[in-house]
Amino acid sequence: MSKGVAITGMGIISAIGNNVEENHQALIHGKKGISRVSKIKTIHKDDIMVGEIDRTNQQFEEQIGLSQDNNYSRTALLGVVAAKEAIKNAGITNINDCKTGLISSTSVGGMDKTEMYYYDYLTNTSTQKYIEGHHAGDSTQKIAEELGIEESLVTTISTACSSAANAIMMGARLIKSGQLDRVIVGGADCLSKFTINGFKTLMILSDTYNTPFDDNRKGLNLGEAAAFLVLESDAVVKANHKKVLAYVKGYGNANDAYHQTASSDHGDGATLAMEKALKVANLKPTDIDYINAHGTATANNDLSEGRAIIRIFGNEAPDFSSTKAYTGHTLAAAGAIEAVYAVLAIQNSVVYPNLNFETPMHEFGLRPQLTLKEKSLNTVMSNSFGFGGNCSTLIFSKGA
Amino acid sequence: MGSKVYINGICAISAQKTFDNTTFLEEIELYNDTVINAIDPNYKEFIPPASARRMAKGIKMGIVASKLALKDATLDNIDAIITGTGLGCVRDSEKFVSAIIDHDEQFLTPTSFIQSTHNTVAGQIALELQCKGYNFTYVHGSNSFESAVLDAKLQLEHDEARHILIGGVDELAPHTIKIHRLIGHIKAESVTANTVLNSNSKGAVFGEGGNFFVLSNEQAASSYAEVQAVKLFNTLNKSSVYTQAIEFLKENKIDHIDALILGCNGDVEYDSYYEGLRDGFSNVQQLYYKQLTGEFYTASSFAYWLGAKVLKTQSIPNVVKLNSVDKKSMDSVLIYNQYRGENHSFTLLRKC
Repeated sequence: MSKGVAITGMGIISAIGNNVEENHQALIHGKKGISRVSKIKTIHKDDIMVGEIDRTNQQFEEQIGLSQDNNYSRTALLGVVAAKEAIKNAGITNINDCKTGLISSTSVGGMDKTEMYYYDYLTNTSTQKYIEGHHAGDSTQKIAEELGIEESLVTTISTACSSAANAIMMGARLIKSGQLDRVIVGGADCLSKFTINGFKTLMILSDTYNTPFDDNRKGLNLGEAAAFLVLESDAVVKANHKKVLAYVKGYGNANDAYHQTASSDHGDGATLAMEKALKVANLKPTDIDYINAHGTATANNDLSEGRAIIRIFGNEAPDFSSTKAYTGHTLAAAGAIEAVYAVLAIQNSVVYPNLNFETPMHEFGLRPQLTLKEKSLNTVMSNSFGFGGNCSTLIFSKGA
Repeated sequence: MGSKVYINGICAISAQKTFDNTTFLEEIELYNDTVINAIDPNYKEFIPPASARRMAKGIKMGIVASKLALKDATLDNIDAIITGTGLGCVRDSEKFVSAIIDHDEQFLTPTSFIQSTHNTVAGQIALELQCKGYNFTYVHGSNSFESAVLDAKLQLEHDEARHILIGGVDELAPHTIKIHRLIGHIKAESVTANTVLNSNSKGAVFGEGGNFFVLSNEQAASSYAEVQAVKLFNTLNKSSVYTQAIEFLKENKIDHIDALILGCNGDVEYDSYYEGLRDGFSNVQQLYYKQLTGEFYTASSFAYWLGAKVLKTQSIPNVVKLNSVDKKSMDSVLIYNQYRGENHSFTLLRKC
């Protein structure tokens, strides 16, 4: 159980870019991808802002080379695009040259098609092909098929907004235990009326640009995205002389056990998750160079997370920022999106600015990093929290 | 490989009276239908009525089955909660989608949206037990529950936890039933449970249930069986199911099995996946169970319940026998499941 877990490839598609390089450029230039919603017809279009990917489903179908009779949800389309970039980036030509698995994650799955054809299914046989694509595992099966992963360990995690962080965690554990030599981990979620209306009823959607850790924050912007990372064992890295982008050094998951949708006032679950991750990584809080916070810009999350950060780091918290102001909250995919950003931060020695921040929160003195900061990063902590009290922390490092 | 993993507590809420763990499929409900519901325990005994009213059936099944599995293992709490579910609390998903459409995105309330989140059952169990440990939910078709088993096993083998609650839970919902009839995943004609394998028709009889277990890395007085191994496959060719089973047994240094539990459900299009094993293990006692529970993404969690009971009681109820092989003692049980040709799994349970 002392083996390293190397990250050898990454792929991403989000509101700020269709690949890793575009995302990196947007991050360092402070370019956010938040706008009014254009691809979903909703009565809330003037009340909300979203992180929408500009390509249409048809463009993705052409890009992937799918036939007319495909039954891909947008979640599956995004997932395939990001996973393929990750495989290419890792220089993998034969995916079955070692024991390779796939752990994906999603919260909406094929809900975009379900809500579109819900009643139409009853009378229109041509849309019924999407019925089988509703369940959350379907997009993962499609990604596996597109990557050529066969007769192998393929599964899906759905723990709301911490899903992809948990997929990365499970993948790292499968590598460490020797069950797999290589595992593709990540998540995908598309925008849907279902989530727009769901978060609307919870009254946590901002009507303007989201402002993480600002005293006057008004809630989150939903986003859509997919990101995948290739994790490989030391043996595979050595045998193939692979370039290692970074390592998954620590991970921790805990439950807040406080409320089905809200975080506890003092962030018990978040504190436990960060503690566990530090323990697995065998690091002290002072070893962390940057925290990519969950920072959804809801009143509840940022207070709870901020207090948990103070509980772990005291008042000398390391540089921290939330990148949700760029991408919106991409739900199940968020943990993978931000894992890619953490690795990019390590590779490029930068801390990303927390956009849209004006007023420090009155409850504590924490102040996020507001400008692009160049400094060498050895370790980056990434937090992801979700409904059901689910709290996850990952730690990425430059060295094994 | 570190510590061994044992099933130390069980509870099945199914379409049979399995809820009472003192009996073992003695009294059988022989349905004649295309969809069969789980028999409700008296939820009020376990959940305050005011809370129970708002809860989805999946949550209620999960909470009650968890509490009883813990009681069976004589534990008050566990270190982690890991669930598997194909569709989550899908009745609430239906309520929320239809409300969005019917009322043009107006007058919505959050309850059904919240309960639609796939990890709502695991989250509610954590709340109920005040368990702040690891909490995961797998949602991968017919390998949802097996993923939970794999995860729990990894932690227990490496002593990262001592006791983990795992469960498979899925509920039926009206619109889901309606549209799955349209695409032939549910049988068109009713069939009597004990003849379902000979129905010679497409689709399955749909069901629901919540089967929960306490897995521990210490043997206890309550132990049912050891979970020696579990292996998942996203795809598998019909022709290689038998060879993969043999390979799986070999990896686990087993040269014979005493019982084989198969997930056949009477779907004429897909039951052929089980033929290789039925022929290859013809001299082994074979069992089936979906005639009793119906088919659902986490139905195979019932196979674990069945295997655990068989190994502990060293008896096999007639109603689950596919063939008849005289066997005095049973040490090893192989479970194989798949759904519509996807997401296959093998599990090896051992007597302890």
